Amino acid sequence: MKLNQFLRGISMIAALFAAGTAGAADITGAGATFPYPVYAKWAEAYKAQTGIGLNYQSIGSGGGIKQIKAKTVNFGASDAPLNPNELGMAGLTQFPTVIGGVVPVINVEGIAPGQLKLTGQALADIYLGKVTKWNDSEIAQTNPGVALPDAGINVVHRADGSGTTFIFTTYLSQVSTEWLRSVGASAAVQWPLGMGGKGNEGVASNVRSVKNSIGYVEYAYALQNKMTHVLLKNRDGQFVSPEAANFKAAAANAKWKPEEGFYLILTNQPGKDSWPITGATFILMHKAQDNAEAAKEVLKFFDWSYSNGDKMASDLDYVPLPENVTKMIRDAWKAQIKDTHGKSVW
Amino acid sequence: MPTSQLDHRLKRQNLLDILFRGLTRFSALAVLTLLLGIILSLVIGSVPAIKEFGWGFLVSSDWNPVTDRYGALVPIVGTLVTASIALLIAIPVSFGIALFLTELSPQWLRRPLGIAIELLAGIPSIIYGMWGLFIFVPFFADHIEPWINDHLGHVPLISPLFTGPNMGISILAAGIILAIMVIPFIASVMRDVFDVVPSMLKESAYGLGATTWEVMYRVVLPYTKIGVVGGIMLGLGRALGETMAVTFVIGNAHRLNASLLYPGNSISSALANEFTEAVGDLYTSSLIELGLILFFITFVVLSLARLLLLKLTQREGR
Repeated sequence: MKLNQFLRGISMIAALFAAGTAGAADITGAGATFPYPVYAKWAEAYKAQTGIGLNYQSIGSGGGIKQIKAKTVNFGASDAPLNPNELGMAGLTQFPTVIGGVVPVINVEGIAPGQLKLTGQALADIYLGKVTKWNDSEIAQTNPGVALPDAGINVVHRADGSGTTFIFTTYLSQVSTEWLRSVGASAAVQWPLGMGGKGNEGVASNVRSVKNSIGYVEYAYALQNKMTHVLLKNRDGQFVSPEAANFKAAAANAKWKPEEGFYLILTNQPGKDSWPITGATFILMHKAQDNAEAAKEVLKFFDWSYSNGDKMASDLDYVPLPENVTKMIRDAWKAQIKDTHGKSVW
Repeated sequence: MPTSQLDHRLKRQNLLDILFRGLTRFSALAVLTLLLGIILSLVIGSVPAIKEFGWGFLVSSDWNPVTDRYGALVPIVGTLVTASIALLIAIPVSFGIALFLTELSPQWLRRPLGIAIELLAGIPSIIYGMWGLFIFVPFFADHIEPWINDHLGHVPLISPLFTGPNMGISILAAGIILAIMVIPFIASVMRDVFDVVPSMLKESAYGLGATTWEVMYRVVLPYTKIGVVGGIMLGLGRALGETMAVTFVIGNAHRLNASLLYPGNSISSALANEFTEAVGDLYTSSLIELGLILFFITFVVLSLARLLLLKLTQREGR
C-alpha cells in the first residue's frame, strides 16, 4: 500500500514537528475524543509537577488505533477496546483509564429530565424504527401519568465512527436480538433510520434543534449541556438514572482480565444500581518497545494519574478506576511491556 | 557605450529572461503535477474498493461498516440533488440582484448593496452551518415544512418529493443553505460582467424602444454569457464541494429517499464525518473512492460548461 506509506510518512513528519515544538521529552498520544478533557487536565497538573508535558491529539478512536499501529505516537487511545485477537496481531497491550456512561437524551416538550423511563427493548425498537411515535404503547406502558405527545420520533445518531456508538450499539445488541441480527455492534453501523451528527456536540445540537428527537451522548456532554436524560431499566429490572455512582456500580462487579488486555464490555451489567450503558476508555501501547525511555515516561504519567487524578476525573464527571484495578494494571505493565532486550520497562 | 559593456548587459538580460521563463514554466507545471499527483493518489487509494465492489459501488445504496459493504449511490445523489436545488434557487435570485444593481438601483444604493453581497461571500462556511442548524432548521421545521407538506405534498407527480417529517434537517434545507452561500458568488460575478457591457449597446436598444427586460435578455445576457456561465460554474463548484455547512443540516444519513424532506448525505460531508474514524482498509478505500467520484463529477460538470459555451459561441450571429 503506497498510499498508506505516504500517509504514514506525513503523520511521522507531523509527529516530528509536534515533538519539536513541544520539547523532546514530551509524551505523544492520539485517539479517543471522549477522555480528552480528563487527559488534558491530568497532563496540565503532571507538567506543573514534573516538567514533562503530554501532546495528546484527540483525533478519534479509529485514528488513535491507526497511529499507534504506525508507531507515530507513544500511545493510542480508544473508547472501544480491541479484542485479545486484534491486540495479539498488532503486538499491542491495552489498559483502561476511566469509566464513563452513554446517556440517551431527548427533546420532547413537557417532559423533564429524568421523567421518561425506557426499557432497553423500547430504546432498540425506537432506533430500529419499529416504535415511531412518542405515545406508542411500548413507551406508554412504562410511563403512566406522563403526557406523551402524539408526535413522530426523530432519531439522532453519530455520523462519525465513535467509541460512544460502539458502547451504545453493543448495549442494543445485548437487549434486542433483532438489533443484533439486522444492525450489529460497531463504532459505525448502518442505521435503519434517523439523522447523523458529528461528534457528541453534533448529536447534542441536533437533539436541541430538532423537536421530538432522541439521541445518545457521553454523560459529561448531557450534564454540561443540561440535556433531558431518560431513565433506563437495567438488567435487574430497576429504572436507574445516569450518574457517576451508577456507572461505578456497573463497574463494581466487573471481572478484568489483564492477560486479555482488560478486554471487557461494561454494558448491561447486573446490580440494582448499575447504569446499563457504561463503558471504559482504553490506552494502547506496543508490547515490544524500541524506545524504552519514552515508554517509561508514558507509564509514569498514567501511574501518577491513577494515584493523583481521581478528583480531577470526578470533577469532569468521569468515574476513576478503583484501586484494585489500577494495581492490576501496574502489574500488567511489568509483565507485558518489554524493551528490545526483553527486560520489563516498568 | 563600448561594445563589450553592451555585450555584457545583453548577456545578463538574456540570462534573466531564461530564468524568468523557467520560473513561470515551473509554476505552471507545478499545478499540473499537483493535479496529476492528487488524481494518482486517489486512484491508488481506491484500488481495494474498486477491486471489491467494481461498478456496483456506483449504484449500491449500502453503507455498512459492520459487514464492510459500501456503495456510493446515496452520497452521489445527495451531492447532485443539493447542488441542483442550490442552483435552481441561486441563479434567478442572483440574476435579479445583478440586474437591479446594474440597471435599476438608484446610484446611492449600489455601493452599500454591492459591499453587502461581497461581505456575504466572505463569511466562512462554518458560520452558515451553525446559523443553519440553530436558527434556520428550527424555523424551517416549524413554519416552512408543514406548509410544504400541506400544499406541495398533495400535488400529483411532485407529491413524493414533498412529503416527510417536519424535522428541519433535510436534503432540502441543505440545498437552501447552499443557495444562500452561492448567491453572493454568482451575483457578484454577474454584476461585474453586466457592468462591462458598453453603454452604447444598451442605449441603442433602449433607443429602439426596448424594455429593460428586453435589453437584459437580448443585449446584456448574450454579450456577457461567458462571464455569466463562469459565475454559475463558480457557484456550482462551491455547491458540489461545500462540506461544513452541508454537514450541519443535511442529516448525514446513508439512506435513499424520494422525499427532499428526509435527511441524506453528500460526498464531502461523508468524507468529513467518517474519514478520521474509518477503521479497516476497505472502509478507508471506499471513502477515498468517494473523493475520486467527487473529483470526477466536478470535472464532468466543468467540461459540460465548456462545451455549452462552445456551442453558444458557434451559434453566434445566426
